Amino acid sequence: MNIIVCMRQVPDLVEELELNDDGTGLNREYLKLGVNEFDDWALEQALLLKEEHGGSVTCLALDTPEVDNTLFTCYAKGADKAIKIEGDFANGMTSHSAAKLFADAIKAMPHDLILTGVQSVEDLDGQVGVLLATNLGIPHVSVVTGVQVNGKVAVVRKEYAGGMLGEFEVDLPAVLGIQAAKQAPRYAPISKVRAMMKEKKIETSASADGATEAGITIRRMFKPESGKRAEMLEGDAEAVASRVAEILKERGLVK
Amino acid sequence: MLGKGREMADALGGKLEAALIGDPNLAMRLGKADVAVCVGDAAWANFAPIAYRNALAELIRTRAPRLVMIANTSMGMDLAAGVSALLNIPLVAYCKNARVEEGKIIATAQLYGGKLLTDAEATSDQLIVSILPGSFSADAGRSANAPSVEQVAVTATDGGVRFKQLIEPEAADVDITKQEILVSVGRGIQSADNIPLVEELAAALGGAVSASRPIVDNGWLPKARQVGKSGQTVKPKLYFTVGISGAPEHLEGMRDAGLVIAVNTDPNAPIFDVAHYGITADLFDVVPALTEKIKSAK
Repeated sequence: MNIIVCMRQVPDLVEELELNDDGTGLNREYLKLGVNEFDDWALEQALLLKEEHGGSVTCLALDTPEVDNTLFTCYAKGADKAIKIEGDFANGMTSHSAAKLFADAIKAMPHDLILTGVQSVEDLDGQVGVLLATNLGIPHVSVVTGVQVNGKVAVVRKEYAGGMLGEFEVDLPAVLGIQAAKQAPRYAPISKVRAMMKEKKIETSASADGATEAGITIRRMFKPESGKRAEMLEGDAEAVASRVAEILKERGLVK
Repeated sequence: MLGKGREMADALGGKLEAALIGDPNLAMRLGKADVAVCVGDAAWANFAPIAYRNALAELIRTRAPRLVMIANTSMGMDLAAGVSALLNIPLVAYCKNARVEEGKIIATAQLYGGKLLTDAEATSDQLIVSILPGSFSADAGRSANAPSVEQVAVTATDGGVRFKQLIEPEAADVDITKQEILVSVGRGIQSADNIPLVEELAAALGGAVSASRPIVDNGWLPKARQVGKSGQTVKPKLYFTVGISGAPEHLEGMRDAGLVIAVNTDPNAPIFDVAHYGITADLFDVVPALTEKIKSAK
């Protein structure tokens, strides 16, 4: 079974996000990028399936800053192959474009199952997994928290509100948008990632012509107006704790 | 969403149609719409991603709406992006709002975990928006009137995805939806070993511990303790958050809580937009100090 995991680099939300000069996007010059957390769950799901059924796991990513580090980490976790799609993607890209680039690359690769994170923090024009599947003309299921493979079909669990699950039988090949796997993404020690940098190679794939337009323009990007923001309690832990205790007492929430 | 749809249809000078796939009996509740377009029958009762997408695409093809609104739920995620790619109609996802300006539809989307908003418009005539649940008043979508009902036949295609069964969540040890006081813990707690810190605070306050998604995904607390989009919706008198940044998916499950007090190290965390009181301090200092204060006050 050939499993492909599509991975994207997204802005690290722990860092302050700065807007560009015309206020229509992020200032990406000093932006810190990291792997989309749900893509990490998708990789974990792929590795679990490989452990159970054999086959190979190929990680496919776009040539964005820091991507080599992400792909060597995939090797360290147990991926068989890492491929980056070349191109100038430093200014970020729409989900429609990313899906088109992934689809063009995947058409030339053997694939039974394609996994990717259910969403990312910058999917303004939709979730990549669904767009990718539709591009490839194959089935998709989003918000998946469990996958089993039986020959030519997968049995997947899709999560609804309130913890309810829907179980579906899906013909392969298919794209699954992974929300979570049975266990948390495994950890790869830095020493192992470094060893992979010496031992393994990242393959490259040329991007096909003609990026897909998402068909939307951004008028402006802005911080939410914090009309009724929280009243901030200042002081050391002791002072803050006393104030909270008072507030709770005033409201009759502690006896 | 029906209330907002009504407003958008009126501003654009058009009709509001509600597409209903599955049980046609629900059509009577859609009085805010001019027409309820019903697809299928009882056989369509259970959602299936490709079958529903194809049915919706057929409706959009034949009825050519200016604007298509889809809830950004688990089902809506498969539908909105699927129809966008299939019909080549632009999509703005994660919308909090939409408006009409000089005849153009402008959608406001929430990105980067709620840290930024984006006003976006389509470069062509049609637009699909997926709407974050809780963005609009549900009351504004209710009406005593009944819409006219139109039954539409579409070809059933499973498209390679077949519904098997619904699985109920496992029984909970504690029903967090019935608690008056919740101490809710997020990623900031860093490790399963630190969970007892919040359990002690919850015990001192006479409440229970709930959690955001990452805590449950990591297996540190059971699924039944999860608050948010794919977890429970809670309305406690006190919601005290510890190390929760306030991603939109989490806020969806707790926005109606009585008093919200939040502890987080990031002063820009979206949780402070919904909290009444905020504390930007190290939870490992504040939480034990508060636990002691509450205990000694008794």
